[in-house]
Order: sequence, then structure tokens, then C-alpha cells
Amino acid sequence: MIVSHGNEVVKVGIAQMDVVKTPKTIRTSGLGSCVGVIIYDESKKIAGLVHVMLPDSSLGRTESINEAKFADTGVVALVNLVKLQGAQSFKLKAKIAGGAQMFQFTSDKSSMRIGPRNVEAVKEQLRKLKIPIIAEDTGGNSGRTIEFNPETSMLNIRTVNRGVSDI
Amino acid sequence: MNFSDKITSLHLDVLKEIGNIGAAHAATALSDLLQKKIDMRVPKVEMVSFNDMMELAGGSENVVVGIFLRIEGDAEGSMFFILPIEQANRFIRRLIHDDLFDFNAPSVSELGLSAMQEMGNILSGSYLSALSDFTGLKIYPTVPGLSVDMFGAIISIGLIELSQVSDTVIVINTAIFEEDIKDEEAVRGNFFLLPNPESFEAIFKALGVPIE
Repeated sequence: MIVSHGNEVVKVGIAQMDVVKTPKTIRTSGLGSCVGVIIYDESKKIAGLVHVMLPDSSLGRTESINEAKFADTGVVALVNLVKLQGAQSFKLKAKIAGGAQMFQFTSDKSSMRIGPRNVEAVKEQLRKLKIPIIAEDTGGNSGRTIEFNPETSMLNIRTVNRGVSDI
Repeated sequence: MNFSDKITSLHLDVLKEIGNIGAAHAATALSDLLQKKIDMRVPKVEMVSFNDMMELAGGSENVVVGIFLRIEGDAEGSMFFILPIEQANRFIRRLIHDDLFDFNAPSVSELGLSAMQEMGNILSGSYLSALSDFTGLKIYPTVPGLSVDMFGAIISIGLIELSQVSDTVIVINTAIFEEDIKDEEAVRGNFFLLPNPESFEAIFKALGVPIE
């Protein structure tokens, strides 16, 4: 999938991850409480994206786990994936977006606060791996579609109610 | 053996019947509310991946009006009533007698939003009380929430709990449409019922087809 010609957009689905090199861009759409994590190497112009749904793989009760579904395992797996494509660990940086609370409820059920918990878990994991967060657009109550361009290291964020921004 | 392997076509028929009864009651309630004829399609019961789920209402980026509530009690899960913007606009314009009402407007009128909320309340209430009568299960819906946003961002909240135990979802999907408007995806409202995996046993048992 990493063939460096054609300005394609590589799409990443929910609980999935992928890596691109310039001139390709990488995108995921309809982030609600999920978090999109970009890990990139500016000099090599390589970027990976993971679309995580849950904060912690210990929440998983399936026999085999899909690493990309959880913040803790997803970030680690993504770092390995970008390194495999030639990114250097000490140059890695991160941008993150998502973690909204789409519906306001008084219910104290923990799944209702999943957005902020996902964001916290992603940050915790990045801290452990000593990867700096260069920019973030998290929280709120809007859905987001994000697209990262490894050429410029910019993350484009589209929302329905709050317009478009680049971080 | 995996849970999904134990589900037979009889079980799927039972779930279809739930969709049928629930949506029929909701369609009648909507028809009374709007004073116009509302039709429904034959319910579909599908086992899909999370990403395929996104395609059930025009893709994860498609902007929709979404009502969401959680079901608690003898059976648990999530329920969504998803309307394309144009259809939601028509319903609310008719309901509040305001032809200028628009969910796409920069600031959406409070009256329209609360009418939509109330409509969600009534329709999901009819759907779920029919479901409760049919199964004899005690189920309690939470107060519905309303969001006008991307379908993926809205529906994913219903996948969170499921995703802890599974990478697929069983969705009971019933579409409704207005009789005087040609039925196509763009004008179809959808009820999505997503029972929690643990609740299927209770549902099937209540209806006399326990999982072997």
C-alpha cells in the first residue's frame, strides 16, 4: 500500500490503522467519541493514523484483540508501524483529534463519558512513549473528519457545526 | 463456539419480528403526529462489521438528525432513530407550522429542536413499548438525546459497549418513509436497534426460542 505516487487519500475506518508517505494523505471520517491519533516523522514525511474506540485493552473481553480498537494498544501498534516504514523513533510527533461527547446525558454510566476517557488514555500512552503532542482538537460535542498531509505535517479538521480548521 | 454461530435463521426471524412490531407502532405514532401516511419497509436483521455499519445510513460522514437512547432493564442495548436532514426538515416544518425551519441553518430554532426531541421521545416510546408487550420483558428507555451531526460520530456511541465484546454488531434495521414521496435512501428514516450481546439470550428466551 505504500507506493509513493499518486495523490491518493488513504481512508482509515473505525478501529483500524494505516500508514502513508507523501504525496499521499491519510484520513478518517465521522469521529465522535473515538479519537484519531496521527504519529508522524516530519523529515521522512511518513504518517500513521489510528482510529481508537476505547481507552483500555483490559476492557476487551474477546479472545483475540484488535489492537487498533484501544488507545493503549493502538498507539503502540501505530508507532511500530510507522517505524517499520522507516520513521525514526526520536523524531516522532503526534497530533490528535476527537473524543467528543455527542449526547449530553445525566446518566453516570461510564460509557457516556467515553470521549474524554479516550483522549486521556491516548495522552497517557504518548507520554509513556515520550512522543510530544504538537496539536490537538479534542472534546466538545461535534463530530470530526480529519485528514493529515505528511508533506506539510498539517491536520485538517472538518466539523458540521464549527467549520474547518488546520492544526 | 462463538455466539454468532448459534444464531439460527429462526432467531433472525424473531429479531425481524421485533423490528416489524416496533417500527409499525412507531410509524403509526408518526402518522398520527404528522397527519400523513407513513409506510415502512420490511425489517432487516444484519450482522455487520463496525465499518459496514457506517454504510447503513449513507456513510460515516453523512450529516443526519439522530435521536439516541439507551435501553435498560431485562434487555439492554442502544436505539437510534436516524433521519436524513431533508426529511427531518419536512417533519418539523409540518409539526411546528414553520416552513422556514431548517436543521442546516447556522442557528437552529429552539422550538424546532424541542419538537424533534419530543418526536424522538414519542416514536422510540412506541417502538419500545411494543417490544416490551411482545416479549414480556421489562425495558426502560433513557431520555433520548438529539444530535445533528455526522452519522459515524452519532452511531459510534452505540458501538462502544458492544466493541468490548465483539468486532461485529447485530442490527435490527427498519426504514420508514412518507407515502407521497418516492422511497429512496435519501428520504428514508431508519430505526436501528442494537441489543447488547448478553441481551440476545433474554430476548430469545422470552420469545420461546432459547439459544441451544
